[in-house]
Order: sequence, then C-alpha cells, then structure tokens
Amino acid sequence: MSTDEKAAHIRRLLDTEGDSVQENTRVFNQGRYAAVEDLEDYEGLKDRARDIKEDAISRLPELIDELTETVEENGGHVYLASDAADANRYISEVAEKENAETLVKSKSMTSEEIDVNEALEAAGVEVYETDLGEFVLQVADESPSHIVGPAIHKSRREIADLFNSEFEPDEPLETAEELTMFAREYLGERVKEADIGMTGANFLVAENGTLLLVTSEGNARKSAVAPDTHIAVSGVEKILPNFEDLQPFIELIARSGTGQDLTSYLTLLTPPVSTPTLDFESDEPLSEADGDREFHLVLIDNGRMAMREDSELKETLYCIRCGACANVCANFQHVGGHAFGGETYSGGIATGWEAGVHGQESAEEFNDLCTGCSRCVNQCPVKIDIPWINEVVRDRINRGETSSEFDFLVEGLTPDAEPGGVSLQKRFFGNFGTVAKLGSATAPVSNWFAELPPSRWAMEKVLRIDSRRELPTFADETLQEWFLVREGLAPADADREVVLYPDTYTNYISPERGKAAVRTLEALDVRVVLPDLPESGRAPLSQGMLSTARQQAHETYAGLAEQLDASRDVIVVEPSDLAMFRGEYEKFLPEASFDRLSDASYEVLEYVYGLVANDSEKTDVLSGGPGRVAYHSHCQQRTMGLGEYTEALLEELGYDVLTSTVECCGMAGSFGYKSQYYELSMDVGYELEDEFERAGERDRTVLASGTSCTDQLDSLLERKPRHPVELIAPDTE
Amino acid sequence: MPTVDTFEDALDGLAVETTRLAPETFEETIAEVVTVPAVGTSLPVESVSLEDTAVLTDPSPAEIDTAITGVTGATLGIAEYGSVILPSTPAGDEAVSLFCDHHVVVIDGDDIVPDMPTAVGTMATTLADDRESAVIATGPSATADMGALVRGAHGPKTVHALVIES
Repeated sequence: MSTDEKAAHIRRLLDTEGDSVQENTRVFNQGRYAAVEDLEDYEGLKDRARDIKEDAISRLPELIDELTETVEENGGHVYLASDAADANRYISEVAEKENAETLVKSKSMTSEEIDVNEALEAAGVEVYETDLGEFVLQVADESPSHIVGPAIHKSRREIADLFNSEFEPDEPLETAEELTMFAREYLGERVKEADIGMTGANFLVAENGTLLLVTSEGNARKSAVAPDTHIAVSGVEKILPNFEDLQPFIELIARSGTGQDLTSYLTLLTPPVSTPTLDFESDEPLSEADGDREFHLVLIDNGRMAMREDSELKETLYCIRCGACANVCANFQHVGGHAFGGETYSGGIATGWEAGVHGQESAEEFNDLCTGCSRCVNQCPVKIDIPWINEVVRDRINRGETSSEFDFLVEGLTPDAEPGGVSLQKRFFGNFGTVAKLGSATAPVSNWFAELPPSRWAMEKVLRIDSRRELPTFADETLQEWFLVREGLAPADADREVVLYPDTYTNYISPERGKAAVRTLEALDVRVVLPDLPESGRAPLSQGMLSTARQQAHETYAGLAEQLDASRDVIVVEPSDLAMFRGEYEKFLPEASFDRLSDASYEVLEYVYGLVANDSEKTDVLSGGPGRVAYHSHCQQRTMGLGEYTEALLEELGYDVLTSTVECCGMAGSFGYKSQYYELSMDVGYELEDEFERAGERDRTVLASGTSCTDQLDSLLERKPRHPVELIAPDTE
Repeated sequence: MPTVDTFEDALDGLAVETTRLAPETFEETIAEVVTVPAVGTSLPVESVSLEDTAVLTDPSPAEIDTAITGVTGATLGIAEYGSVILPSTPAGDEAVSLFCDHHVVVIDGDDIVPDMPTAVGTMATTLADDRESAVIATGPSATADMGALVRGAHGPKTVHALVIES
C-alpha cells in the first residue's frame, strides 16, 4: 500500500468504524483497570502465568505427545496438522465421513487463521457461526476487527439494519435485546439440526485431556454437546502441563480481555464427553439415549514450531489472546483491527502472530501502527514485551524491503548501520540526532529554510513529512554550549554529583528544560556534569533500525561507564530515553552493564522527588504554588510508574494538579509527522485536547514530560506546554 | 456462615437470586422458584430430592426443548465469584442446565469454597483425575455483541441458586 493509499484507508476507518471501536475498547479497557484492582496479587498471578507458559513452550514437543496419548486414551482422535491446508483437509474428511450437511461453530481465532469455513463450504458443508459477534460478521460478510469482540466495529444500529434487510422479520428489530433474542432463536435451530459442532480451545491440559473454553454466551457448550461429533481446533501453543496450571489463566483472561472477573462459562471439557447426545425430536428419556460420541482434536502448527525456534518471536506463543494489548492501545482504539491487523490477528501482538503464521508481508501493512509507546506491556497478563516484537519485525521488514528509488541519495552518506532497503522516511527519523545536530549548528538559517514552502514541499514529497505538522525549531544555543559557559556556577560543596543526559531534543531543540533541570539540581546541592554523549538509540529503534540502535546503545554505555565508575547518577529528561536505559538496553548490553546503568538512571522529577522527600525544607528553594496545572505524563513514563513522582512533587509544592487520563497524546515520537499517520495522530490528540479544554480547566498551566507530547499539545492548545521541571526550577539565571 | 454470605453477595452482583433453605422446606421452595414445565436431574445433595416435586426427572430431549425451567445440582461453589461447578453427566446435567430459559441450581452450603485456587485444587482431584467434564458457571449466559449487555444469549436468561443449609 502506498503512503497515500494508507492515509486514505486510515481516514476511511476513522470515519466509519472509529467511533464504535473506540466506545467498545474503552469499556473493555476501563473494565480491566477496575477488575485487576480487585485482585489481591495481580503481579504474582501474572508472574505465575508467565512461568507456566515459559515452561510449557520450552517442552512443547513432549506436551504434544502427552496430550495426544491422553486424548486417545479418553477415546478421542488427535491430528497434528502442519499447516492450514493440512488441517482443512483432515476436517473436511471428518465431515465427509460423518455425512455432515451442517456444522455449528463457536468463535475461534485459530479456525479463522486457517479459513476453515471456506474449506468446509467447498466440501459441501454449511457452516453457522454461533457466537453472536461472529454471526453478525458472517451475515455481513466481513472479517473480525478484534480478537475478543470480533464485531465491535459495528454499532447496534448497523446490526439492526443488517438483520432487518437480511432476514426481513415481521416486526423490525431494534434493541440489543430484540437482536440478541432473534439470533438466539435462529441459531438455536441451527444447533439442533447440526451434524458437527466445532470449537476452538483457550487452553488444553496435557495430563488429562481437558480443554478449557472461555465464553459467556453458552454457544460453545451447545456446539460441543448438542451434535454427536465435536471437532476442536487449536494451535499447539495452547497446551499446559497440568490441570492446576489453569488457575492463574482462569482469573486473568476475562479481566485482561473484557474487564469481567470471570466470563459466564468456563467450560472444562474432557472429550468425548459422557453427556447424552441430543436429538430434540426424540421422546426417549435421556437415560436411554445414545451416548456414542466422536471427538477430534486438530492441533495446528502452521508456523508455531518455527516461532518457537525464533528467539524474538517465541514470546508470541505465550499470548493467551485476551486482547488487552489492543484495548489499551490509543491507535487501536481509534482505527480498530481493520487497520491495525493482518490476515487474522489484530492489535499489538498481531505483528508476532502474523509474521509467524502468515509471513512478514501480512504484518507489514499495520506494523507501523505500533508506536512502541509500551502502554500494553504492563497490561499483558503474561508480560510479553510486545513493542520489542514489533521493532524486531519492523527491522526484518526494513531489511526485506525492495530498494527505494532514492537510495542513491543516502547510500554511504547516512551515519546508520542499516542496509539500503530502509525507507527514506524511516532513515530520516532514525537519524534524527544527526539532523538535529546539523540543524542546530546552522540555526536560525536552518529553521528559516525548513519552513520555506519549497522545503516543506520537498520534505512531503521525499520524506512524507506532513506539511500540516509544525516542525520543531532548533535552538541557537545548545544546552551543552550554555552549560560550558556557566560551569563555574556549580555549587562548591555539593552533596552529590550527577550526569545530566543531554538527549537530542533537550540539547538541540528544547534546551530550556535542560537548563531548568540543571538549575533545580544545583539548587538542591547537586553538582551536575554534562558530558558529550551519543544518542540513546531510541530514534532508530522506533523505526525498526535495530543495528543502529544497538550500536548507539554500546556507544552510550561506553560514554557513561566512566561516570558510573565515579558513582554519579544519570538523570534523564526525556522519558523515552530513560525507557531505553531501563528497558531495551537489556537486549543490547551485557547483563552487568545493563544492571549498572538501569540502577543508576532516574527521570529528572523522580530524582528531585527523592531529594526532597526526606527533607521538606528543601522544597523552599523550588518555585512552588499555588497554581493550577494540567499535566500529561508520557506513555513510557507511565509504564515505568513514574508519572506519580511528578504529580506528588507538584502537589507537595502546592500546585493543584489535573492529570490527563487518556492513554496517549497521539504523537509518539515521529508518528504524527508522517503523512500517512498525521490524521490518526490528531484524532488521538483531540481526546487530550478535550480533557484539558473542558470548561473550568482552561486556566491551567499545561505541563508534559515528553517532547513529542509537548509538540502535540502545542499544536492542539492555545496555551504553550512546558516540562514540569521548568515550572519548579528556582528563579535563578 | 461467612462463606455462604460472600457467595450470596457475589450472586447478587450477577443478578442471580439466592434462597438459603433447610432441607425440610426444599419441596415447597422448588414449587415457588420453578415455572412449569420443568425438567431436572438427580441432585448431588443427599438431603434433598426432586422426586416429590413438579420437576420431571430423566426427561427426553423433546421435553428439555419445551421446558421453561431446568433444575440441576452443583458439586462446588466459589464464594468470591458466585460461581457454581455444574458437572457434565450421562444423566444430562449439561443439557438441562443450558437449554431452558430459567436455571435453578441446587448446592449444599458445605460445598461452597472461598476462592478459585481452592476450587481448582478440588476439581484437580475430583473432576480432572477422573477425566470428567464440568462448567464453572457464573451468572446467566450473556452477550454484549448487539450493542448492549443482554442476559440470555444462548443459555439461560435467569438463574436462581438454592443453598441447602443443614
């Protein structure tokens, strides 16, 4: 898809499906926040779930054998299908053997993955989706837009119109109740006459052959027990060793997905089940009914065993398909799975699934919609590092990309370590540190030049930088230049020494926040050093330029090692850089180096909070309230649990703080500059605008921790946003 | 009994009515909570039986299809969630608890455990070891797929729990 086509696709979805997706994912998401609060030991439960999955995937081949043996012992059949075609062939053969005319099916993403409906229909079997969401999609001939709520992109009104035109009921259907009862009756009849019932499986237990189905409607139970043949389709990754391993998942899956404590039905089937088969026309008592049942478990590989061998994609197999990563994602909330998804799976973890089961090209279309904001990381019940998987796949896509027509412009000239295929747009943002350095050296000429219409035109044409987005302006004097001149002002008898990390934005674009950080720290008797340090690697990482990011991580650590040796703490102003030091560097550096740097690194207000926490007199040197502020914490800062320090410090200083509750500002680094995403970025941003522009809040001073958030707020509001440290810095030079 | 109180509170939050009763008043209570035609299966609570009630036991599939109420027993209850464990038996518990609009579930107060880890532990030694099937049912069937929460998607629209206290 070209940039223009992608922009048009996103625009269309924002207009048609955006509102419905947004409303539904929000309900799920808010429900999750409330539901996990009720849990006594949420983190402990997640750790156990993670441990169980790690163990199960590590000995998957042996668990497959054990499960196969158990199910066969129970009287069922197991078929291990290598791919979709193999699975469909087996399923069609079973249908043929049973002389099946109709099959009722309960929702299963794995069966969507193999397109089993098409295969069955080609074999002459009528398939009825009995999950009401899936049923709506089957009638509308659409694909799911969410892994848990497949039809959340459709409003009640649209469903009513669809049913009324398709089924022409005597009285037009209107309410959710009427629509549900209509579908219940219609599908109830299909269940009664079906020859085969098909379900997925949320979990499979190797030791006894139990499969767990997590549902609320009751259709999975009906599909599994009403017909005398049950086919369960499941990916191999869903096997757990023991029955008791189900417990953390039982308590986590619905909470993580829809925000319910439990779903109505957690069906523990150990097929073939002993419950009598049901011929609803029969007058024979159940005690005399035929209990002869057939059960087929189709275990699907379809790329999973290869994912298991792939050190970066392996974690995807821990996924329990709860949809939490989609629900918490600001971009997903606005466009839904029809933009943020591939052939089958959608949302954050979909990149891993699509790359693994359908191949990289299926992940390519939507992979960029993950901005790496990390909001999903804490929400995942099995603690999968979803943004990392997205960056890895992005890197692989970059490497596989065909050469751009502009390659000759950059080959050998860019300072990165990437191959020629990386798009110019990604290269530009990935090398933004170099751009900033050059731009700043020639400011104000570069600022003037960048804003000239021909320059904007060229940037739009070549780099696809949206001309509606205001460009950052480079400072005439960098933070480091300012610091060099005033170095003599440092406190003579400092309590401690720190390194202020001069990130690209703080150094070249917003030196005011760096200056404020220096003044604040010095006022609190901290001596600041400001060495020349390389970029953290955040910019190339977010473009999927992994080798450049790795190289910069090594260089940054090398530059900081001596500072750490001198027992200096590292103070970071830009939260996304701190997230590198505390997070992604674990993937790039030796363990001891990572531990050393991450243990010694602090966000500036987190550090200041620590300095004043034990000595309330120290707050006197800072600029205190009263005053009313509206504060937007940065996404990665929130993931690290650091927003609270800023809030607490501001309140301690006497400010009245309104903190934004929206998931994101919509900017996430370079995201909003790109032509294809500009409108989505703004659509997400309008929510933040609404929160800060509400009546009664418009007088508040606007504060934001991240540069991208500041840029976005600047374009949304009349008020000019500042970094919190600029507000509290003492009023010295 | 604090566990039963917690169970009742949780069920209340699920829009499930609970009646706590002594075995002696079982038959009259059944008459009050059941809408006929009603079908049922033999109950796992020793002190009570459906024998002298209007509930038809050992029904045919056709009778299940036309019944309004289904009465079955639960082998276990989970207080913190208001969940009941409904076994899947050759006597047809699965069908009777699922296909009727109104489900009356009968449970012995002594079979209610406080939390999910205890319940899973118990099920691992009873149900799982014997390779049986069961449903952990929490409230009536429900869906939000049609734009608002509706109770009674494919399964029962209403559930009434009878807790036998001796």
